[in-house]
Amino acid sequence: MKFAYYPGCSLESTACEYNASVLAAFEALGVSLQELEDWNCCGASSAHSMNQDLALALPARNIAIAQKSGLDVVMPCAACFNRHKMADHALKNDPQKRAMLEGTINFKYTGDINVLALLDVIANKIGLNQVKSCVKKPLTGLKAVSYYGCLLVRPPEITQFEDPDNPQIMDRILETLGAEPRTWSYATDCCGGGLSLTKPTAAARMVSKLADRAAEAGAQAIVTSCPLCQINLEMRQSKTNAKMPIFFFTELIGLAFGLEKSKGWMSKHLISPIPLLKDLKIL
Amino acid sequence: MTETNLLQQINTLSSQTTQLCYHCHKCTAGCPVAEDMQYGPDRILRMIQLGQKERLLSSHDIWLCAACETCGTRCPNEIDIARVMDALRQIAIAEGAAISEPDALKFHKIFMAGVQTFGRSHEMFLFAAYKLWTMHLMDDMDSGISLIAKGKVPVMPSLVKNRAEVSKLFKNVQKKTEVQE
Repeated sequence: MKFAYYPGCSLESTACEYNASVLAAFEALGVSLQELEDWNCCGASSAHSMNQDLALALPARNIAIAQKSGLDVVMPCAACFNRHKMADHALKNDPQKRAMLEGTINFKYTGDINVLALLDVIANKIGLNQVKSCVKKPLTGLKAVSYYGCLLVRPPEITQFEDPDNPQIMDRILETLGAEPRTWSYATDCCGGGLSLTKPTAAARMVSKLADRAAEAGAQAIVTSCPLCQINLEMRQSKTNAKMPIFFFTELIGLAFGLEKSKGWMSKHLISPIPLLKDLKIL
Repeated sequence: MTETNLLQQINTLSSQTTQLCYHCHKCTAGCPVAEDMQYGPDRILRMIQLGQKERLLSSHDIWLCAACETCGTRCPNEIDIARVMDALRQIAIAEGAAISEPDALKFHKIFMAGVQTFGRSHEMFLFAAYKLWTMHLMDDMDSGISLIAKGKVPVMPSLVKNRAEVSKLFKNVQKKTEVQE
């Protein structure tokens, strides 16, 4: 099994532990990832605020590159995934936009390759059985809530990702790793990541609500697959209250697989998960 | 511009039919940012229907929308309101309207300047330029220092090799947008 890989800009910097854990998890699972040749930024939340055509053209260039590789492309970042799905949807369904994009980028869209979310690839393409077969150190005792955020699940006709109100895929992965997923109602509520720098008070309010509700659900940590949610949830938690660690789900895969490298990722967090993991004898 | 034209312009830019809104309020009821907004998404739609252009373009709300898509997913008339907010932002920028949340626009401008220059987003450039332009120099210093100390914010940008191609893409799109206008 082989996929093209689009890490996206955050995974080269503030979410470097996400990138490292994705690569390590895939190596352990025996699935190869080929980084997309010369990929560019998808434009994130800024391009669609300023110029709609640009917001489609930036991801469309990456789709053109992936098409050349002939491989389905995996996106760990929810924002990148959303922008690429949006462009792919326009290329597939809107002849006017498709003509504009083909002209701007100078390629011919075939629709032969798929844009895939990392969570979907691990749970459904590689499969939980294969994940289970690699678990050496089950995460016994770790109570966590799965947090998907917005861009992976909405708008559902674009993302085509599970049930947008009640996705279950991450809970299934956590169970497979031996952790205990807790039920809560906020898995797809917005964390305000897009406002984190420009309206920090609003972002902080949204983050506190999520952290409070996670604690109320009996969780010791929040698990996410989005680098923008992850840094926002770490940066904007109240400075006075007990802080809840925020894991990338691939970091937990690394820990449960007993990968030596996973210890290094834990020191990259703004809210250290090390005391919790030591308490649970996972580290 | 007449009122009908504003509605049509927004509908075309957003690919939505905003006149379908019958004001059930579901969007505002579920909006996670509604309490920070002046009006909330349902009143923004009403103002579009009434052609209240100046109030719309100078509102805080169009910049506070987090594009979380909760409203659009729940709308019984399937109006993707986040895309309507995008259209309003684009019109506000194009028409040089008074921007009520200037920090948001500065952030987007810096972000896109970085992508046009490097082909990828460079967080060190983004944070530094944003702080200087908005003069929020000391905000988040503690987190910023931690991120740098943990080696999470590389000093050098990651570059697209074919930057000419990405830069050309910006120019092509801008040319097309001008022709449409």
